[in-house]
Amino acid sequence: MEQQEYVLGVMVANISGVLSRVSGMFTRRGFNIDSLTVGETESRGYSRITISFHGDEDMKERILKQLEKLHDVKEVEVLAKDDTVIRELLLLKVRNSVETRQDIMAAVEIFRSKIVDYSSAALICELTGETSKIDAFISLMREYGIMEMCRTGLVALERGENCLRTEREADLDPI
Amino acid sequence: MNITGAQIVTEVLCEQGCDTVFGYPGGQVIDLYDALWLAKDRIRHVLTAHEQGAAHAADGYARASGKVGVVIATSGPGATNLVTGLATAHLDSVPLVAVTGNVPSGLIGRDAFQEVDIVGVSMPVTKHNFIVKDVTRLAETLRLAFKIAKSGRPGPVLVDIPKDVQTASCEFEPAAAPIEAEPKKTSSNHRLRWAKEMIEKSRRPYIYFGGGIISGDASAELLAFAERCDAPMGCSLMGLSAVPTDHPRFLGMQGMHGHFAASAAEQEADLVIALGVRFSDRATGDGDSFAERFRVLHIDIDAAELNKNIHAQLSVQGDVKDALSRLTEILPQQHHPTWMKRIRTLRREEAERTAHSHEMRDARSGLQKGMGTVTETEADRHFLLPPGQSYDTSPCLTHEQIIDGIEAAKAGSCIAVTDVGQHQMWAAQRCHLTVPRCFLTSGGLGTMGFGLGAAVGAYIATGRRPVLFTGDGCFRMNLTELATAVAEKVPVVIVIFNNGVLGMVRQWQTLFFDGHHSATTLPRTADFVKIAEGFGAGAMRAHTPEELKAAAETAFAQEMPFVIDCITDPDETVLPMLPPGGSFADLITEI
Repeated sequence: MEQQEYVLGVMVANISGVLSRVSGMFTRRGFNIDSLTVGETESRGYSRITISFHGDEDMKERILKQLEKLHDVKEVEVLAKDDTVIRELLLLKVRNSVETRQDIMAAVEIFRSKIVDYSSAALICELTGETSKIDAFISLMREYGIMEMCRTGLVALERGENCLRTEREADLDPI
Repeated sequence: MNITGAQIVTEVLCEQGCDTVFGYPGGQVIDLYDALWLAKDRIRHVLTAHEQGAAHAADGYARASGKVGVVIATSGPGATNLVTGLATAHLDSVPLVAVTGNVPSGLIGRDAFQEVDIVGVSMPVTKHNFIVKDVTRLAETLRLAFKIAKSGRPGPVLVDIPKDVQTASCEFEPAAAPIEAEPKKTSSNHRLRWAKEMIEKSRRPYIYFGGGIISGDASAELLAFAERCDAPMGCSLMGLSAVPTDHPRFLGMQGMHGHFAASAAEQEADLVIALGVRFSDRATGDGDSFAERFRVLHIDIDAAELNKNIHAQLSVQGDVKDALSRLTEILPQQHHPTWMKRIRTLRREEAERTAHSHEMRDARSGLQKGMGTVTETEADRHFLLPPGQSYDTSPCLTHEQIIDGIEAAKAGSCIAVTDVGQHQMWAAQRCHLTVPRCFLTSGGLGTMGFGLGAAVGAYIATGRRPVLFTGDGCFRMNLTELATAVAEKVPVVIVIFNNGVLGMVRQWQTLFFDGHHSATTLPRTADFVKIAEGFGAGAMRAHTPEELKAAAETAFAQEMPFVIDCITDPDETVLPMLPPGGSFADLITEI
């Protein structure tokens, strides 16, 4: 079957160990994760995990059903790429020199990146965008000498008024 | 009332209807054991010889009764000793609650004495687990553990309680009744209508059921459905005992060592109706070629099992009892006389093949004829001797002599319990099972050493005498539980298939590894009769059907554990055999 990238929005109980349970399920069942991000949500009792992976339709179905079986997983949804805002954040430290400074600045401008730290030897650029844009920026920066970088992995929200969980137990106090 | 965390545990156990716990004390559950002491009129504590035995006992208790089994262990090694038992229960969907102590919260993460992260360790082998860090959340956590254990597809849940949470106090309000399981998921009407249409179109339907029929209490619904479909039935190892062995529609267990007629019928079917079963590789062989010839209708309460191992043309999520009764209601009576005639032919063929393979075995078996076997090396021979016997004159028993002999001698309704290996498959093929939950075996994990603990638990749950079929390899693993069986006066009849080898692995080595019997020959220096007597149990050895009869009659007259050490041929082979990953065409029915 055809392989493609899937992005899952997963609403989980905000409780210690939940990340182990989710990532452990992937490891245990032989599914590979491309990226995983987790953070707080508008409701105190919930965290939201965004997971992306490559696989076929069957694998996606199996992953969904295995996730739904986990007690701490409250909601799972495959986010349709066309209807979803998907972003990633990059922090990239690049060598600062008199020769390259102007070119870097120009690239930063064109990519709508920001310089968030400046010293005579190094610059830190901050960039938000879809994966392809981040990748393009990184490959451009390579020739100026990337010193170190880190990227967050995907976060994603469905467009429009649809939400991952509509009937939210606002005061969920998970155990 | 204001009580300690330890007392909250015993109070919640009582309120959840738990009358028996299996366990082993230790430093970090000493407070809990004090609470058990105070609650000893309401909760029976069964002290096992090893935490693994306690886990298997709680498992046997749950399998035999359908109730949630409870096991208690201390931190560190106590907790890790539960792991095999939890995994066993997990793979066979057995409802358990395991309570472990842990070091005080302040010491967690410091590698304190007997500290282990049991929540981390047991995560992949439990349905869910908890660590309770606040005594005010303890009661609801324990109740939730019971709820998760018995809801939907059952499974084990572990609750880890640091010592300071056991000693802390808080207000406790007992619940009036045990917590309810989540309402069982009911199947959608339109899917059941599709199922009906699929069955109506079928000319050769075959029903393949599993342990879900037993845990879903759906035996009666299954039988009514099979009549309505006019279909034969076969099952997985876990499905055994869901329907009576002698039911005219029942062909037995299918799969690697299943009945020929069951596996053959399945391959000739045009529709396989899979009920509460997960298409384990041991039941299907090669998953890709397995389902080439038929369509699959799969009904299971666990959505994650649908399309996991086998692609089903129609999958229906829902409680199998509800689904079957509704499906039977809407399905008109089906008639498949030609197909059922073919099934009778397959059964005759099976009987002929079995008789033939036994003849060949008996002709070959040196031990039978007092001639010595040809495959043994001299070194093997030394070990294969029962103490005090000379090799070439020692007669031995065949598996059918043992099982039939035990069945003939048994009085009243017994629960058959097995360990894992050749004896397990023979018991699965041959035991005469009449009512659900009368056959307990480690199907999914295949845990050698499961049986004795499980037998103890099964007896304590039901008061019915367990008959444990085990091998000399399995029995050695956890025979320390003889101490428990004697102390608790469990009248278990322990039937050891003593062939001096790890028979199942040896069988593979013989068939697929050029007869390299690597590390599968056991020293026969251990005398199981003396061992049993040393523990305070009765025991006799049997080489012949007559000796077996005498031993079995003695055993079933006891109210104490009794070991029958049956001497068997190391080269007796479990047949039929589907080679691992093979398809039905590769089925070996004689050697």
